[in-house]
Amino acid sequence: MDMYANNTVAGKIGERAMAEKSNAVKMRGENVNVFYGEKQALFDVNLDILENQVTAMIGPSGCGKSTFLRCLNRMNDTIDVCRVTGKITLDDENIYDPGVDVVELRARVGMVFQKPNPFPKSIRENIAYGPRIHGLTRSKTDLEEIVVTSLQKAGLFEEVKDRLDAPGTGLSGGQQQRLCIARAIAVQPSVILMDEPCSALDPIATAKVEELIDELRENYTIAIVTHSMQQAARVSQRTAMFHLGNLVEIDQTDKIFTNPEDKRTQDYITGRYG
Amino acid sequence: MTPSILALIVLALMVVGYILGRQRALSLAKRDGVRLHSLPGYYGQSVALFTAVPAFVLLGVWLFLQPVLIENQISATIPDSAIPEGGARSLVMADVRRIADGLDLVVEQGNISEDDLAVMRADISNVRSRLAEVGVALGSNVQPAVFEAAKSYRSIGKTASFWRNIAVLAAALGSGFLAWSRVRPAMRARNVSETFIRALLMASSFIAILTTFGIVASLLFETIHFFRIYPAKDFFFSTIWNPQFRGGSDLGILPLLWGTFYVSLVALLLAVPVGLMIAIYLAEYAGKSLRSFAKPAIEILAGIPTIVYGLFALITVGPFLRDWIAQPLGLGDSSSSVMTAGLVMGIMLIPFVSSLSDDIINAVPQSMRDGSYGLGATQSETIKKVIMPAALPGIVGAILLAASRAIGETMIVVMGAGAAARLDVNPFEAMTTVTVKIVSQLTGDTEFASPETLVAFALGLTLFVFTLGLNVLALYIVRKYREQYE
Amino acid sequence: MTDMTTASPAAVARNAGSLLEHGDRTRNRHASERRFRILGLIAVGFGILALVGLLTSILVNGVSSFRQTYVTLDVQLDEAKLDKTGNRNTEELRKVTTFVYAPLIEKALAQFIEERGIAVEGLTKKDVSGIISKEAPASLRSVVLADPSKIGGTVSFDVLTDGRIDGYYKGRVTMASAELDRNVSPAQLKLADALKDAGALNTRFNWDFLTAPDASDTRPEAAGLGVAILGSAYMMLIVLALSLPIGVAASIYLEEFAPSNRITDTIEVNIANLAAVPSIVFGILGLAVFINYAGLPQSAPVVGGLVLMLMTLPTIIIATRAALKAVPPSIREAALGIGASKMQTIFHHVLPLAAPGILTGTIIGLAQALGETAPLLLIGMVAFVREYPSAPPEGFFDPASALPVQVYNWTQRGDPAFVERASGAIIVLLIFLVIMNGLAILLRRRFERRW
Repeated sequence: MDMYANNTVAGKIGERAMAEKSNAVKMRGENVNVFYGEKQALFDVNLDILENQVTAMIGPSGCGKSTFLRCLNRMNDTIDVCRVTGKITLDDENIYDPGVDVVELRARVGMVFQKPNPFPKSIRENIAYGPRIHGLTRSKTDLEEIVVTSLQKAGLFEEVKDRLDAPGTGLSGGQQQRLCIARAIAVQPSVILMDEPCSALDPIATAKVEELIDELRENYTIAIVTHSMQQAARVSQRTAMFHLGNLVEIDQTDKIFTNPEDKRTQDYITGRYG
Repeated sequence: MTPSILALIVLALMVVGYILGRQRALSLAKRDGVRLHSLPGYYGQSVALFTAVPAFVLLGVWLFLQPVLIENQISATIPDSAIPEGGARSLVMADVRRIADGLDLVVEQGNISEDDLAVMRADISNVRSRLAEVGVALGSNVQPAVFEAAKSYRSIGKTASFWRNIAVLAAALGSGFLAWSRVRPAMRARNVSETFIRALLMASSFIAILTTFGIVASLLFETIHFFRIYPAKDFFFSTIWNPQFRGGSDLGILPLLWGTFYVSLVALLLAVPVGLMIAIYLAEYAGKSLRSFAKPAIEILAGIPTIVYGLFALITVGPFLRDWIAQPLGLGDSSSSVMTAGLVMGIMLIPFVSSLSDDIINAVPQSMRDGSYGLGATQSETIKKVIMPAALPGIVGAILLAASRAIGETMIVVMGAGAAARLDVNPFEAMTTVTVKIVSQLTGDTEFASPETLVAFALGLTLFVFTLGLNVLALYIVRKYREQYE
Repeated sequence: MTDMTTASPAAVARNAGSLLEHGDRTRNRHASERRFRILGLIAVGFGILALVGLLTSILVNGVSSFRQTYVTLDVQLDEAKLDKTGNRNTEELRKVTTFVYAPLIEKALAQFIEERGIAVEGLTKKDVSGIISKEAPASLRSVVLADPSKIGGTVSFDVLTDGRIDGYYKGRVTMASAELDRNVSPAQLKLADALKDAGALNTRFNWDFLTAPDASDTRPEAAGLGVAILGSAYMMLIVLALSLPIGVAASIYLEEFAPSNRITDTIEVNIANLAAVPSIVFGILGLAVFINYAGLPQSAPVVGGLVLMLMTLPTIIIATRAALKAVPPSIREAALGIGASKMQTIFHHVLPLAAPGILTGTIIGLAQALGETAPLLLIGMVAFVREYPSAPPEGFFDPASALPVQVYNWTQRGDPAFVERASGAIIVLLIFLVIMNGLAILLRRRFERRW
């Protein structure tokens, strides 16, 4: 893991740019419009999320970035008044097709939320919950293996291996968030959505989670909504800028941060508004 | 002069005090050409408060103490010889009070003058028939000593009431006058009356403590009486409940506790799953239109008095269960049964369980649901595996509260469960509960000081202890649960 | 870094497939979701069904009590029998018992039957008089006592029929059941039908049910709710007059003044527990303290009112405190800021703003108290009371009944006609409750403020 030793933004951007071209489109939004009742929250968004990359979505509050993220695994279905038009595909299949089962969709497109939300159960039960409901394991040992590997992948195992039966709510904020990531991994999704996963964490915990996100990129496709432009720059390969429900532009992260095409992006990243 | 008329007089004096106090403040200020410290009304208010409150406090204390003091005095005058073999002094005192009340009626109806009464003697004139004329029936002829005691009970009571009236009026006038004479423009009338009012507010809040004290005292006092004449061991451990009119009763609480427990169990077995599912469905699934219709409908069930449920058990559910289930299956032919009372009580408890659970389910944060849905759980999986475990302590609390309701419920079991004390497992058999027996023992015709009546207080105390324990436990659990999500 | 190869084969297979194809497991999960949902719907349905069943059962049984069957007869008030001295002295008229009036009605009925030539097979003379309620002579007597000048003349008088005849027109009694009933014979029912054909017998709205006092076991047709409604009204007056000021005072103290110390905690715990004490325990308290100790009369509204007041107090205190809490601190600060004292702030600003909430809570507390039965049984309100209590305040000390207790009382009687009466009384009780709760909802809708 030496390559993370010189963890500078510039160094990493260059490194990523080389791997860029080969990535396939994992999810794609075409003309996505979202309405909350009468109010339209997203206007004709067209956006690709590439495989094994981190796509960051930035923009001022209320710009629709979280709304778009929640469309990607249909979490908006839980809101009665929310209506989505257009097309979002996962591996070229429209996830809003009436034949699609949200339950299966969400198993493939996992989600990590803004505030760590471990269930009021033991650490083990928190992880085991997903595999259990999806029937991923046949035996107890299988399940235990998933628990351990998920925690390992989330970099939490060493910290909690002695107290897997302690309540998940007893962990620190950063540990809780990594537990939630481990919980999402345990279902073996192909895409993980993260909705401002570090906004409730202190800087040290944030650094750990960011490190984790970068590691996860190898096996998963990640979309992350963030308020922090530094974070977008640190962890993502591509960045999408949203403003007032419109996708302003999407491009390589280094391009967005060094040479944006749109003035609104420029203003936002230079701190004129936000 | 009855206490209520006395109270009205004091109220009138209070109004007078207000007017006089206000006037005095105004005229003094005018005479001396100074400004009043407070608004004129406050001067009136302070005089009015000083007039009424001490008088009412005195009246209250007097009304509270008079019966005890007189009882003790009279009771001491009754010689031991007047107390029948094996009887209690309190029994004789009960007679004394009834005779005294009867004599009041006799005099009131003009059958005899006070003077004649003073020389009337129990061994010569027929007191018993005299009293029977006015509707006071006595079990036996009146003993001279008892009759004399009754007469002095009356006269002491009369004198005491007279002095009470004097004392209360004197308190009102005296303290009112004092307050009036202290009225000066410089007096901080507002502060005085506000301090006074604040004390009154505080006193009002003490009514709650007083009520609890009254409940505990009245239950405990008579229960101790009961255990003096009936062994506690038999009460708590005997399996036979068989009260007799003429003593020698078996008063074992076990069959009653069994009936109470059995009926409550049936009720909870119906109410908890149904109430919980209603809460879940309305909170998690139901659309706006169903919720806006079903929620108030279920709440109406909670507002219906228990007597209505009792009648429902008596005329509808009882006969239905008997004709369609119990008789065809050969399980019994009584329309009042554990099942009847239990089912109807279950219906009564449904809204109770559902509204408590609704609060508790809504207290589970939305982020829990999101976390579960985000993993691809279905709604029912989320409810069963995330929300319910998270809400469990709260729901246990709700169930305990419902159980406390169930064991304290009276009318449904009086009208639906039956009166036969029985230890049986057949739910279609009539059984009886603690509350049913409290009602029947206290509304019967037995002598108050007999064990058959006093047992009701011991039953009441048992019931109170049980429900209090459940409530305290439930409130504790629910409070802990709420703190978890605050 | 662990690789995806550690994933179990099942998971890999699943993630590889199309989103549009569902496995068995997913189907099963959705089936269980549907089952759960249906279970919930069944529970809701059961709740609503129970409500409907409860109300229907009461309505079906009770609605008929608002109608009553009468025979209209011209009764001759024979002077020779009613007023032998002929001087219409009320004192003397009072001494004439109902036994003298009964034959007058019987005679009138017999006459009517003869005039119309009504003939029913197997009808004895006793049968004929049996269709008249035993209460009818007493009603006739009170008509005469109210206006002695009618003596000597003929009055058209609506005679109450016996409960069984009344039941015949309400479907409770049939020819078949009359065969088995020794209180009524089919011949009597035929006679009633004949009277109906002749226009003398009719069933109409029964005001007496609401105004008349209770009647004895054998006269269900005459039993009314007058005393019970009056008794309940008296008790509600007492409850309102005591629990509202005490409850509001206690709430103000606890919410605005009470320091947070052990005493305040004790009071709060007490109030919470009193709200959950079984009602029958309050009855025991009433019996022990108000009747046995303080010597207040049994069956009196004053005792019932006091007991119900203590029961209502926690409800009112809880509602009032919530209403006071809902008034935002900014209002208090504004008043304090212009130099009002704390007491003035509360009484001039906070209390008026909290008033709708307090009133709503009070009405709901009163509605609960109105339906409360168990404690009233213990303080002797089950007694059979036929005299109306006098006007307050003395009336508070007169024996009276109460609506819910009257219901219980009637269910304990043998004649099945009392089931109809009891259900009818419940309807009256429920109407009162609907009005009170409606008022509370109206108040809340109208005045509720969101800060």
